Amino acid sequence: MLAAIVGVFGYYSLFVERYNDAFEFMKEGLRLTIEMALWGFLIALAIGLVAGLGRISRNVVARNVARTYIEFIRGVPTLPMIFFVNYVIVPSVVDFLNLDLQSITPQWRAIFALALIYGGYLAEVFRGGIQSVTKGQMEAGRSLGLSYRATMRSIILPQALRAIIPPLGNDFIAILKDTSLLSLIAVREITQNAKIYSNASFDFRESYMVLTFMYLVLVLGLSFLLSRFEARMTRYEAGERS
Amino acid sequence: MIRVSGLYKTFGKDIHALRGVDLSVDSGEVVVVVGPSGCGKSTLLRSINMLERPTHGIVEIDGTVLTDKKVNLDRVRADVGMVFQQFNLFPHRTVLDNVMLAQRKVRGRSKAEAGEVARQQLEHVGIPEKADAYPRQLSGGQQQRVAIARALAMNPKVMLFDEPTSALDPEMISEVLEVMLKLSREGMTMIVVTHEMGFARAAADRVVFMDEGQIVESGTPGEMFDNPQHQRTRDFFDKILSH
Ligand SMILES: Nc1ncnc2c1ncn2[C@@H]1O[C@H](COP(=O)(O)OP(=O)(O)OP(=O)(O)O)[C@@H](O)[C@H]1O
Ligand SMILES: [Mg+2]
Repeated sequence: MLAAIVGVFGYYSLFVERYNDAFEFMKEGLRLTIEMALWGFLIALAIGLVAGLGRISRNVVARNVARTYIEFIRGVPTLPMIFFVNYVIVPSVVDFLNLDLQSITPQWRAIFALALIYGGYLAEVFRGGIQSVTKGQMEAGRSLGLSYRATMRSIILPQALRAIIPPLGNDFIAILKDTSLLSLIAVREITQNAKIYSNASFDFRESYMVLTFMYLVLVLGLSFLLSRFEARMTRYEAGERS
Repeated sequence: MIRVSGLYKTFGKDIHALRGVDLSVDSGEVVVVVGPSGCGKSTLLRSINMLERPTHGIVEIDGTVLTDKKVNLDRVRADVGMVFQQFNLFPHRTVLDNVMLAQRKVRGRSKAEAGEVARQQLEHVGIPEKADAYPRQLSGGQQQRVAIARALAMNPKVMLFDEPTSALDPEMISEVLEVMLKLSREGMTMIVVTHEMGFARAAADRVVFMDEGQIVESGTPGEMFDNPQHQRTRDFFDKILSH
């Protein structure tokens, strides 16, 4: 059923006049959408890992910094948070470092916004994954003379990662969808392109059908890749049993 | 070689797990620690390699005072093997990797050397053929023997065992005890918490009876089993030997 819808939308987008015009115009934004989702996700992974580790650190300062960050992010809806990063955090940091605001492109501001927001969510995913590994694993590592860090790296995190790959995949999809919000800070990704095109051509129906088609293909394609990846991980684990 | 003196450990405000424990263990000596549940046996073992930080008192191994804040505990722990009730093998690594990991990361051995030591130790505990298996493919007894091999591969000065057979099905207990017995004959210094009195009789130089965070008495297995001095000790052995 869904395949049929995608098929029809795709047919229109590629072969039907005006739809195809909209498609040709908007597809310039595809690269940006994908790039921002990818970079945003990668940076969010790094932030999330650090914040997640901070959250369970024995260091009180690290713990509190991490917790404040996570609760702050969770306390604000995504769109206002994007505005906040774009109009408050980035300019303030730029001022503080005495840089030129122009040197940071809107695209990168958008990426930082996504990364900061999703870093906060991923922190909790990492923390949950790490805490799902039993305490005995840390003790076994430490009792062999491995440091806390080495035990984390070689023993705890590899096990935690297996537990968190499915939720991480979901967050990757969510971040891809949320790149659409970045149209509101004038980044020329596909949603912004649909707005621009429809306002100029008055082809609203065409533009937004094409836009929907693009997201469907992106999200379904990504889901498919992720499920393949997950299946490979689980097959690998099942294979170990045999 | 190991000297524990005046050891106190308090959890929270009012759980007094250890209340002034003194214990010395010579090189090559095998000490079996027994006592009722909750008397502090695990806490004592875990204090000896500082998995638990004592509230008070001194732990000294081979001249190094571990309770001294400046000591590099990682280095000390590398010399103290520990075997847990729940095995705690690394499930994402093969048996061989389990035994090699710390050798590589802590001892800095080459892959070839660590691999060779690992295979020797697996041979030593009687399961060389399982090198490439994953822990979950092994029986409990085999897993525990791998855990022993993993600890031995670090060439520890002392081995600590915390109820190593308590999580095992009865038919697997003896295979683990046999490995431990062999170790004791080879002169390994061992501190063993166990309820296996047969093992204590066969392997222990000394049996230590603990109750309520203190050592009540200690002596050779013969003295302790046949002629305990304290009523509490007598009651304890009566209970576990007649079950
Ligand atoms: N991490 C902890 N936090 C709080 N209390 C603890 C902790 N570890 C141990 N205790 C308490 O300290 C006391 C001694 O515990 P310990 O585990 O050393 O006893 P044990 O002799 O090993 O008992 P068992 O035979 O059941 O293993 C118990 O009252 C226990 O509840
Ligand atoms: Mg115990």
